[in-house]
Amino acid sequence: MISAYINSIGVAAPGIENWAHACKIFSGEVSYCYTKLEKYKPELLPANERRRATDMVRLAFRICEQAMSQSSINMHDCASVFASSDGDYFIIDQICRALLTPEKMVSPTQFHNSVHNSAAGYWSIAARSHHASNSISALDDSFILGLVEAITFCQLENQPVLFAAYDISPPEPLLERRQVHHDFGVALLLVPSADLNSLAKLEISTSSTINTASFQSELSFLCETNPAARSLPILEKLSLSLAGEISFNVDCGSGYKVNIEPC
Amino acid sequence: MISGKMNPLAISHFTYTSCLGAGNLENWQAIESGNSGLKPCDFPNTDLPTWIGEVDHLDIRLPHQWQEYDCRNNRLAWVALNQDGFISRANKLKEKYGADRIGVFMGTSTSGIYQSELAYMESSSHLPDWYHLSTTHNISSISKFVQKVFSFRGPCLSISTACSSSAKVFASAQRAIVSGLCDAAIVGGVDSLCLTTLYGFHSLQLLSTDPCQPFDQSRKGISIGEAGGFAILEKNPEADLFLLGFGESSDAYHMSSPHPEGEGAAMAMTMALQKANLEKESIDYINLHGTGTIANDAAESIAVSTAVGNETPASSTKGWTGHTLGAAGVIEACICLQAIENNFLPKNQNINTVDANTNIHILQQSMRKKIRTALSNSFGFGGSNASLVLGKR
Repeated sequence: MISAYINSIGVAAPGIENWAHACKIFSGEVSYCYTKLEKYKPELLPANERRRATDMVRLAFRICEQAMSQSSINMHDCASVFASSDGDYFIIDQICRALLTPEKMVSPTQFHNSVHNSAAGYWSIAARSHHASNSISALDDSFILGLVEAITFCQLENQPVLFAAYDISPPEPLLERRQVHHDFGVALLLVPSADLNSLAKLEISTSSTINTASFQSELSFLCETNPAARSLPILEKLSLSLAGEISFNVDCGSGYKVNIEPC
Repeated sequence: MISGKMNPLAISHFTYTSCLGAGNLENWQAIESGNSGLKPCDFPNTDLPTWIGEVDHLDIRLPHQWQEYDCRNNRLAWVALNQDGFISRANKLKEKYGADRIGVFMGTSTSGIYQSELAYMESSSHLPDWYHLSTTHNISSISKFVQKVFSFRGPCLSISTACSSSAKVFASAQRAIVSGLCDAAIVGGVDSLCLTTLYGFHSLQLLSTDPCQPFDQSRKGISIGEAGGFAILEKNPEADLFLLGFGESSDAYHMSSPHPEGEGAAMAMTMALQKANLEKESIDYINLHGTGTIANDAAESIAVSTAVGNETPASSTKGWTGHTLGAAGVIEACICLQAIENNFLPKNQNINTVDANTNIHILQQSMRKKIRTALSNSFGFGGSNASLVLGKR
């Protein structure tokens, strides 16, 4: 059993502007309306880096800046874990096409943006954080495996961890082979022990027997088409301050049970 | 900040494959005899004046049950897994702990991206039917492939932090074992040659036209290699070799250049020593990241000087293997373990004149010496740094 406390939350998806907006959707105060997210301008990135930031990096910044803006914890005191199933397929597409030309001219910016830890690299620069940062993928299970990695780090190294899970819809022709149809990102700022600002305690245990209750929501289409949106059943409970357990089946492995206890 | 000390975690078995050969023995024989595995670049569809470290026999497809995983990167993984009795040792873990209790933590920077490059070459408007994006190119491919080979059911993920990837898997696996998520783990890393890295590093003007010469006065850049390596981590106080410490940090400086004074790198080394509860004088050998670029080696030299001092014998082994990117962390950890087992410190291959600005102890000749501990450095794009301390307890 591993555990950590949530200090703040950031979220973004088509029709979900931020965490406050998501809470209103979950409570029924406003109805959900699918609207494409507008291009985000990262506030914390120096101009040089901002110019080079891709849509995927901008989505990661949108949720991370949102989570940090609601917290009194300093960004440069946080370690980080970035979980993305697929990384930046726009960059991959550009590079694969550039390699088809006679000159095979890959640009330096395309190349450094192609690494799976591009968002993590930009974030450490923006946050001026010298702490450990991890970037992971577990395909469709990237959210839960990333959360496990983040909570384990938070608990064992006794340090705040900014956890971000995000995926964007790839361009054609890759979209045909990877059916991620909507962008989605979620950031959880995790701390090792409870304080006045804690929203909830998360406890994760492994389990070989998992019964997943289906997520009944008008947002369930996002869960089915974006790996990061598999966080939504947890976000729903958090938004309504409900205690409970959410189970995650994973491909070819033991599942995980996430117990949520509001503070 | 990563702090506090850790209990040594047994490394009960390891294997690696590089351009020097398949398995521990072939690699070690090449290192002891001073034969580099680099050759002029003849990789298909390239026209670059550089040198590469290519692994043999990657034209053989994966066994049919794993066809959807078939790509250069997983073929290299399969060749590497089949050396040194690794598969039978890993399978025995199931009897000991149960499949649910064994984790898989794999590092890679580009995974099976070469498969996507080939698919685009065939048809970029409608990708060919043989192309499986999620099981080959996706970063998770290597960890899922390894998990399927052994039918393990514990935590399984890929870490992709560029060239520190397969050093960081040791840290994540250690945390998973200590927190009780699993009892043992296969850690490792695989990266394979592809046009993206060859032409990407070319665009940054970081490819050497000669075999790479880390820490040499006239170094010109890197030689790209491919490799795969695996190790078994478990709690076993009877073992001979251990993961003693690790440190992880971020430069927070630039996406593709290191901090000029190696600030983040020094932090990672200092944390690794703290985790290992060792004074810097206790480190007997340093396997440097030592890529051969002007900036990387200069920064690492300052960082080593700051964190460990100038006396410890140190070498980069990339003159033998090339820079194997996301696989560098694990194969250089394996080289450290072999150095300890054989009481032999490998020289810094391809060095003629040590850079006048380098004041650390670069090994110009290999050295026979009884040693107990080694430090291995791995630093990557995005300012991602990891250092491991390995050795006898």
